Amino acid sequence: MSAEKKTDFQVVNHSLPRRDGRVKVTGKAQYVADLKLIGMAYAKVLRSPYAHAKILSIDKSRAEAHPGVHCVVTGFDLDGINPYYGHAVKDHPLLAIDKVRYAGESVAAVVAVDERTAFEALELIEVKYEELKAIFTPQEAAAKDAPLLHQRQFEAGALRGFEGDVTAGKGSNICQSHKIQWGDVDKAFKEAAAVIEGEYYFPMTYAYAMEPYVAIADVNYQEVTIYSSAQHPFMVRHDLKSVFNLPVSSVRLIVPFVGGGYGSKSYTKIEPLVAACSWKAKRPVKLQLTVEEAMLTTRSDDAYTWMRTAVDANGKIIARQAKIMMNTGAYAENSPLVVEKSTNRCVGPYAIANVLIENSSYYTNTVPASSYRGFGCAQVTLPGESQIDELAAKIGKDPYEFRLANAAKPGEEFFPGMRPFDGTLKEDLETAAKAVGWGKPLEKNHGRTVAVSGSDAGAYPLTSTAIRVHADGSVTIMTGSTELGQGSHTVLPQIAAEELGVPFEKVRVVSSDTAITPYDRSTGASRTTTLMGSAVLEASRDAIQQMVVMAADVLKVKPEQIQAVRGGVRCGEAQLSWSEVICKFYALPDGEVIGRAYIRKSGKFSALPVFWEAAATGCEISVDEETGKISMEKLATVGDVGLAINPALAEGQDIGAATMGMGIGLFEELIYEGSQLVNGSILDYRLPRFSDLPKQVELHLVQNQDGVGPYGAKGGGEASLNSMAANIANAVDQAVGVRIRQAPLTPERVWRALKEKKA
Amino acid sequence: MKLSFRLNGKAIALECEPADTLAEVLRNTLNLNGTKVSCEVQVCGACTVLVEGVPVSACTYLAYEARDKNVTTIEGLEKSDGTLHPLQQAFIDEFAFQCGYCTPGMIMSAKALLDENPKPTRDEIIHHMDGNICRCTGYVPIVAAIERAAEAIAKESKK
Repeated sequence: MSAEKKTDFQVVNHSLPRRDGRVKVTGKAQYVADLKLIGMAYAKVLRSPYAHAKILSIDKSRAEAHPGVHCVVTGFDLDGINPYYGHAVKDHPLLAIDKVRYAGESVAAVVAVDERTAFEALELIEVKYEELKAIFTPQEAAAKDAPLLHQRQFEAGALRGFEGDVTAGKGSNICQSHKIQWGDVDKAFKEAAAVIEGEYYFPMTYAYAMEPYVAIADVNYQEVTIYSSAQHPFMVRHDLKSVFNLPVSSVRLIVPFVGGGYGSKSYTKIEPLVAACSWKAKRPVKLQLTVEEAMLTTRSDDAYTWMRTAVDANGKIIARQAKIMMNTGAYAENSPLVVEKSTNRCVGPYAIANVLIENSSYYTNTVPASSYRGFGCAQVTLPGESQIDELAAKIGKDPYEFRLANAAKPGEEFFPGMRPFDGTLKEDLETAAKAVGWGKPLEKNHGRTVAVSGSDAGAYPLTSTAIRVHADGSVTIMTGSTELGQGSHTVLPQIAAEELGVPFEKVRVVSSDTAITPYDRSTGASRTTTLMGSAVLEASRDAIQQMVVMAADVLKVKPEQIQAVRGGVRCGEAQLSWSEVICKFYALPDGEVIGRAYIRKSGKFSALPVFWEAAATGCEISVDEETGKISMEKLATVGDVGLAINPALAEGQDIGAATMGMGIGLFEELIYEGSQLVNGSILDYRLPRFSDLPKQVELHLVQNQDGVGPYGAKGGGEASLNSMAANIANAVDQAVGVRIRQAPLTPERVWRALKEKKA
Repeated sequence: MKLSFRLNGKAIALECEPADTLAEVLRNTLNLNGTKVSCEVQVCGACTVLVEGVPVSACTYLAYEARDKNVTTIEGLEKSDGTLHPLQQAFIDEFAFQCGYCTPGMIMSAKALLDENPKPTRDEIIHHMDGNICRCTGYVPIVAAIERAAEAIAKESKK
């Protein structure tokens, strides 16, 4: 439980307007796409038409002779730098070297005076390939005669985010394997009163951040400066320092506003390539990908899951077993961590005595997969929560009551070795069920469901910050957390204003410049409020302590005689604001005090996960039996967030996540036919639109101050996605009696299932 | 080629290439970066600007087609005294954006709707806005913001 349960909040727990509101509604917010540097050139990328091929030769002479072209960079031109990067597995060359591993891989880059010239010169590059046998699914990758995608040995990257070794590069196409086991699964299944078993497929999906990947690099003889749309500037810095073999201090990543991420902009993407272009062209270079190119850069891991779940005669879940094959594509990126997380997330949020989950991801000749909102959880929550409904039906229980009976309880150590559960699933489920009208009569062809998920948040506690209190009492927060839209520029000032007793309007945020802002490991895994929020709280208190000592100095008393009050200090009758303390201390109306905080895996952050990210969602759908089309009648989200620093922002994260989850449940899916991605464009990849809005939406938060973050806060913003596909599959079963074990549940799939049922 | 048009109420004359899109001229030549470009195929609506009050996708609308016409971009909505357009204020009040990348196009599309139909129903809002994609908000607060702006505009016109 949280150490402090404060309730009389002045600034925190209020839905204050977003700090970035005015700049974003007036078009003045700057993204990397909007930036230009003096003397800047532009790059365009030539991509492989083949899924797997040797590069025999590249003739770039005609392209380099094209007027306006500064240079052409290929995999043959990278002597002098370390061209392979990757924070977990260093398997990704910044341009294809010797061979290409997926259709769409970067083979060469043209740097020219403008984008159009660079684009024209691309077709003057002549590449000779020798096609190799390609593999596209984990099953093909696991076959005995499968070609090996990576022959090199790999060392595990120190910042991979988990403790085990990496499996990649050990003579097979397995990129990563992970297994969890406790109890005696075989015995439990033998003794079970009822068992549900099935095979499931969760598709490849595309995050579609509306701002495609973009970066500007300026590499001179000893320094690398990059403006990027990256979520995690410090992780990208780590890769760049290794590519150019430079000290950390010589690599600077600057991230202004980011136009959406959802995990797709986490870790390193195009930055090494742009930096290599600038290094070769000897001037700043900008590379802005198109959406089609972004779709050839990152996707989510698709997953084939076999799962079975057992209950005893009392309706208690006694065992779960799963074997998962994930498809990580051509390069590891962050998929090793996705494998670990999806393995763990097969269990939660239920207390199950016997568990065996085996999971491997495979290299294939497809677009590299990496982080995606929910981080492997949605992939396994489709099977997990589908089986909960199926089991309930099999033993004649109400699926909502069945969940209530089996959900992990507050404080329960339901996952061996992990932090006891810090949410209240009973309240989450009750709230969701009430919101969708649980128990009320349903119309024909309607289905109503609730589902839950509980994720061991991937938020690793390594975060620091500095808070500068200025002589006029205004405050600057220096944070490595990136504003992706989630609201860090609003939430962090709310915490500082609450602690320091200064007006919210007087707190400014400077973010994500690795040369200026203190280290923060990443902006992802719903970590910012909990970890950076804690750092801001501690740094504010550190500044207060320093100002108490300063006040004692100027008032010529002992620090023990000074009492900190809201916005300043008191000593007997004397009362000084922070501004007065600082001005008197320096004897000038200027200067500042710097509070700082370092968060590490220690104290209340020593148990992992730092928090369990829990949420319930509920929905009511209707199915048109003629066409198989599903309509969302009602949608409810319940975020178990401990305490919402800004409730409107927390609810906004939930509905955003649930809508992405709904998209995957209904129509989002990247489709490969042979070696080619056939719907790799926004014309063909179906996204949720206004007309897909559920007819009724209810957003709820459960705030029991049970997290380790500031005032009991926990992370949110992913969990409402995770259970949506399962919710839709369960609701379809309820509405029309067909069980579909694959997302998305497109009209065609529902229609075919209905046809099969009638036949 | 020479091109002249009225941009946010002011006469503009410039040189451009025949193949330049309106988005390129706005962003690259005029350094007006409020108009965002995303899909480049008229699907997402991020680049929406108004030409003679009608919403167009600046990513594919050739700049020369705007010759001698009135073009309105997101930069043209704020009054000179700093007062925001009711839509801009409503987007802030309803938390109708997160990353903000779709927001200028979203607001311009909504403006075209309210200019034409000051009291739209929820269904009319959804129908009109269906060509604008937002990946962050789930659209719920955007519909609320447009409804709120419509009310604010109605109140203002009664004064």
